[in-house]
Amino acid sequence: MTHAVPIDLGPERRLTGAFLLIAFIALFVGVVTGLLQGLSHVGVNAYPWLMPLIQSYYHGLSLHGVMNVLVWTTFFICGFVPLMAARAYYRPLASRLLGWVTFVLMVLGLLIAGVPLVQNNATVMFTFYPPMQAHWAFYVGLTLVVVGTWLVTLNLLLTQRAWRQQHPRERTPLAALMALITFIMWTIASLGLAAEMLLLLIPWSLGWTQGVDPLLARTLFWFTGHPIVYFWLLPAYLSWYTLMPRQAGGRLFSDPMARASFLLFLLLSTPVGLHHQYTDPGIAQGWKLVHTFFTFAVFFPSLLTFFNVVASLEIGARARGGQGLVAWFGKLPWGDPSVAAQVLAMLMFAFGGIGGLINASHSMNLLVHNSMYIVGHFHLTVGTAVTLSFMGITYWLVPVIVGRGLWSRRLALTQVWLWVIGMTLFSFALHSLGLEGMPRRTWIGMATYIQPEWRSLMPLVGIGGSLMFVSAMLYFLNLLLTWMVSRAPAPAPVEFADAVSGPEAAPVFLDRLRPWLLLSAIFILIAYAPTLMHMIMESSAHMPGFRVW
Amino acid sequence: MAKNDTTLYLYELAWMLPSVALPVGMLAALLVTAFGAHIHLPGQSMTIDAAQIDTTAPFDQPGIVNVGPGRYEARIIAAIWTFNPAELRVPEGSEVTFVGTSRDVIHGLFLPGADVNVMLIPGQVTRITTRFPKAGEYPFVCHEYCGIAHHTMAGKIIVEPLK
Repeated sequence: MTHAVPIDLGPERRLTGAFLLIAFIALFVGVVTGLLQGLSHVGVNAYPWLMPLIQSYYHGLSLHGVMNVLVWTTFFICGFVPLMAARAYYRPLASRLLGWVTFVLMVLGLLIAGVPLVQNNATVMFTFYPPMQAHWAFYVGLTLVVVGTWLVTLNLLLTQRAWRQQHPRERTPLAALMALITFIMWTIASLGLAAEMLLLLIPWSLGWTQGVDPLLARTLFWFTGHPIVYFWLLPAYLSWYTLMPRQAGGRLFSDPMARASFLLFLLLSTPVGLHHQYTDPGIAQGWKLVHTFFTFAVFFPSLLTFFNVVASLEIGARARGGQGLVAWFGKLPWGDPSVAAQVLAMLMFAFGGIGGLINASHSMNLLVHNSMYIVGHFHLTVGTAVTLSFMGITYWLVPVIVGRGLWSRRLALTQVWLWVIGMTLFSFALHSLGLEGMPRRTWIGMATYIQPEWRSLMPLVGIGGSLMFVSAMLYFLNLLLTWMVSRAPAPAPVEFADAVSGPEAAPVFLDRLRPWLLLSAIFILIAYAPTLMHMIMESSAHMPGFRVW
Repeated sequence: MAKNDTTLYLYELAWMLPSVALPVGMLAALLVTAFGAHIHLPGQSMTIDAAQIDTTAPFDQPGIVNVGPGRYEARIIAAIWTFNPAELRVPEGSEVTFVGTSRDVIHGLFLPGADVNVMLIPGQVTRITTRFPKAGEYPFVCHEYCGIAHHTMAGKIIVEPLK
């Protein structure tokens, strides 16, 4: 059994703080533009007043998507995950310099991509499907951000190697293994996006090539576009598995099962992207079905996670006097905003997961694809399971980094519940509107075809969205005051939880990455090689770029 | 301790087995219902030069074409920010195969009333078949962001009663 010893956060503290600062700025921009979208559903058209800052609904929506799902998540993860790895290894990252080079490169990439985005020269959504064409700087900047994430992977691998040399017989610490798997999985998955950017979009946007094949580009995008959700989710899982049981006063139920679930994510996260393309022409139905199969398979490690984390929470709640089959749930430390946020995020995620299975079902997908249902779905997943968990993490992490106590615990709890209430209304309304046939990514407030049955649900979108906006502002206020004026003493960092069934019970093959990587490569080849080969051989489309906004 | 380990192991097993059975069962149910109900997704049909749409069959004749008793083909060209044609008429009870493509950026064809939900991608031809058992007006919209006036891109199928 491993016993965590309290230590200072170490030299990674400042680097993590720097990444978090960028993440918060991105989230702020994303939330403000999100409010405008919510308000447009209740008939408030704020865009004319915001010229030339935000020039249209679609300009705002592109900012909202890029800032929230690409920048907030990625920068938070690149700040948080390596810190957890360093704490788990009980040593600093292999190269501090590489850490800062990574940060500078990613900020540079963000600035390069941000200029055309802010200037309405990249109003192409975060999916940037060609032949819609953004300014080349948008593609170059985002590519630099991705390259930055690869440097994080490199640093983690170097750290693992250095640790392994000193600990040849020990099991890799759980949080370190999770950090490593998260970044290795992402690095493999990001190859699709890298190929799309480097081989298709960047040369095309610079005028070096005449045309681009929209279907091929789209397929490469979704090669990365689905596993990216596991890149967002696994860091939240890392916290749920290794920190939250301790915060809840308990122990992790099963360390081997946690390792197994992460290895399954390494294996199954990538060969699933075609489930975003069920309704696309030019891809054989049989291969779509293969991706259905893999997507259902990747549900398995999520079920394992749900069981293991809930069992761990139960241990904590019973230790605090909780009783009964389900009544123990009330004995969780609900007064701790960090725990409340993450437990609620997990509960909301149960609904997000079930909705995800509907989306992945190759026939039911026809009812919901590209409708508002999907928007309702991913606000439960990336917008709550991930974002609310990250908020919960920052409620202990930011005070530790700035060396001051959280300004107001009560304000934090209010913020968390407000997010949950707002999101419940918002996502319920969007799921329903999608089933009623409302398309996503559409300026509904100005649409020429509003259906009568949409009218009663649209106000809920505005109300839920506004509640989440208020919640986010309270969040930023609390963090800002913590940083600037709080006089409370800094808390100790949250320690890793011990396990009831510890790492020594884990079979050795759960600590070897190479066989899993090989199997992962085989699965990806099976799932993608025939489809991609066919597209490349048959490709006849050479579309010029269009600026249509 | 040994007894404890066995208990833990049994708990793990008791959860893992249903966790396998659940997705497998759902997948089986999905396959049975999808194939039983003859639900098909768009597949590989044909590619097309987006610059030559107007002279390439079947898009040289956009609109409704009768291809057999009770069977129609609806040939639709999507372009910013209109469908051509935007209004189509078929008799009640028809089986309609939508054949669509895009002239410029990626568009979508979303006809919730008849479970038609497909992407229209330049260079590719999308085919999907549905039925209209009941007379009435069925609106369809573009459901992929296609530019500044995307929210005005819509049309309708008018299913005329048999008299």
